[in-house]
Amino acid sequence: MSRIWKAFWILALALPLSVFLVWGIWHNAKLFFITLLNGLTLASLYFIVASGFTLVFGLMRNVNLAHGSLYLLGGYVGYFVGAKTGYFVLALAAGFVAAAFVGLLMQVAIFRFMQGQDLRQTMVTIGLSIVIADLLLWAIGAQVHQLSAPDGLAGPLRDIPLITAYSKYRMALLPVGIAIGVLLWLFLNRTRVGMMIRAGVDDRAMLAATGINVNLVFAATFAIGAGLAGLGGVIGAVELSMVPGEDVRLLLASLIVVIVGGMGSVVGAAVGATILGVAETYGLAYAPTYSVVFTFVILVLVLAFRPRGILGQAA
Amino acid sequence: MSAVQWRNAMNAGAGRAALGKGLPGRGPGVSSRAKGAGDEIVERQTPSMWAAVRARHVVVLAFLLAFPFFATPFLTYQIGAQSLALGLIALSLTFLGGYGGMISLAQMTVAGVAGYMLAIFGASGEATLSLGWSWWIAVPIAIAISMLAGTFVGWLSVRTEGIYTIMITLAVGVAFYYLCLQNYSVFNGFQGFQRVYAPTLLGVNFRNPVPFYFLALACALGGYLLIQYVLRAPFGVALQGIRDNPRRMNALGFHVTAHRIAAYALAAFLAAVGGILLVWYNGLITPNSVGTSWLINVLIIAVLGGMKHPIGAFVGAVIFVLLQTFAIDLIDRERFNLVVGGVFLAIVLFSPDGLLGLWARLRERISTTRPQAALHPRRSKP
Repeated sequence: MSRIWKAFWILALALPLSVFLVWGIWHNAKLFFITLLNGLTLASLYFIVASGFTLVFGLMRNVNLAHGSLYLLGGYVGYFVGAKTGYFVLALAAGFVAAAFVGLLMQVAIFRFMQGQDLRQTMVTIGLSIVIADLLLWAIGAQVHQLSAPDGLAGPLRDIPLITAYSKYRMALLPVGIAIGVLLWLFLNRTRVGMMIRAGVDDRAMLAATGINVNLVFAATFAIGAGLAGLGGVIGAVELSMVPGEDVRLLLASLIVVIVGGMGSVVGAAVGATILGVAETYGLAYAPTYSVVFTFVILVLVLAFRPRGILGQAA
Repeated sequence: MSAVQWRNAMNAGAGRAALGKGLPGRGPGVSSRAKGAGDEIVERQTPSMWAAVRARHVVVLAFLLAFPFFATPFLTYQIGAQSLALGLIALSLTFLGGYGGMISLAQMTVAGVAGYMLAIFGASGEATLSLGWSWWIAVPIAIAISMLAGTFVGWLSVRTEGIYTIMITLAVGVAFYYLCLQNYSVFNGFQGFQRVYAPTLLGVNFRNPVPFYFLALACALGGYLLIQYVLRAPFGVALQGIRDNPRRMNALGFHVTAHRIAAYALAAFLAAVGGILLVWYNGLITPNSVGTSWLINVLIIAVLGGMKHPIGAFVGAVIFVLLQTFAIDLIDRERFNLVVGGVFLAIVLFSPDGLLGLWARLRERISTTRPQAALHPRRSKP
């Protein structure tokens, strides 16, 4: 693409955005900034869930369409543990462990025997997501489960300039999302296991040839990826709520995040989650009946200009 | 099978061209023999339409035609017509997935677009939103818009391959679902459109089970024959070549992207017809009709039957509809998803080619054990 076209497209994107920015702040600054905060906190939830998705995909080329079900499972487990014991940290741990365990089970019992058959693995995950969703509906029912925020984070945070008050819990999500992102980045880039995972992303066969137990690496990655979905579930159980159908919603969010951001890249997931979360929230606040259209337009634009996502690399 | 046929046809064509130029200096006998061989090839290339008809085709067709006359209206409508309509939508996926190598989960979305357009341009219970045009205007418009939508989905997703296609088409499909759910000014939100009925034509009310069954049968048969024809036409053969090796086809001078998008357009046509049938069958269209579960159900139907042959879509649809209808007798009605998900999982895990693959394997086993037994009648005795 020539430089002039590039400049034209950047302008075509930036101009309406900046017009909206100025108009939004001038029109109602409080609404604008609250929406921004809502978008960013939603983005951090999306990031936590989608980073697990992208991790699994990046290493194993396995589009785990049961990721949403793992989110739901983690959320329910977290809800019941949290409601029983009253400790939010315990709920988080339980959600993570439960989802990680189921993910591990899936990897060890099924996917290990289908290495390299991407399409078949994906179809298996579709079947699994239907079965898990229906089992959860059977066991728990269709009523809404919402976990209350932990004591330290309950209630609003007051006396913020411009927006006066904002939920402490949602505010806390921002650093939590960033922390998880940084930890994940450190894990992948600074530890030995992370090195193995990255090597596996680049060349699975070569990693095996160097004498590393690839199956173990795969199992560990799958468990971590699934666990992140479960962790996101517990967080979402407070922020949103747990009800059948949320699994599809979060699966869709994860899909769009990794498509937009670039598959298999944690940084890409962060970028994608930010774009999706902010766009979705602004859409809901300013044009409720068309909010999905914005998400869709973003998807189309990214696919049209960067088919592998903003930070995606050629496979 | 098709690749070999294609190669033979190409070789034969080249040979014929060379022979047709005539070989000066040779006797007339040689040239006439060459001409004869050429004619024979031509004859083999374009066999009579009836030569491909086997006894089993006649039996199945006779059964399908006679079905409404001995079955109850319930069976005719709920099982027969619904299977045919769903089968047509699944056929579009079989064509895309089995022969184009592109698994699109948005086929139900394309069908749903046709259904929504029919409800919006045609008549429905929502008089304020529907334009109320006659069916013979509304149906072509619905099919055209739906084909545009399907082509657009294709244009979007052919940039990617394999599992990426699944993800993107799923994202597009779910986005359309949420659009229908949230938008009240065009799609009437959660309620959708009620009372979208099949028309009365020449005194035949197509809302009645038997006429509707025959309408669905005609559409399904037309779609099936269309796909069978396309698969043998140069376009279909090229598409299968692209499925097997896109780079090579590209090197041979085929426009890979254009072929793929054209495949999406053709599949969209089938899905649109199926979608219109489905709307008339249900008498309504709601966001639920294009929800995630239905997006995936189309995949389940196609995979259940097997994607190696167009008939698999209809086999899968019959099984699916039977399961859906009679799961209530087997277990709790609410647990239908568990049954279907479990069956799907079992098929994907144990027989990736679906029921047709299972059948082929069974037949192969029978046919390989029988001659062996004949060849070695007393195997135990060395």
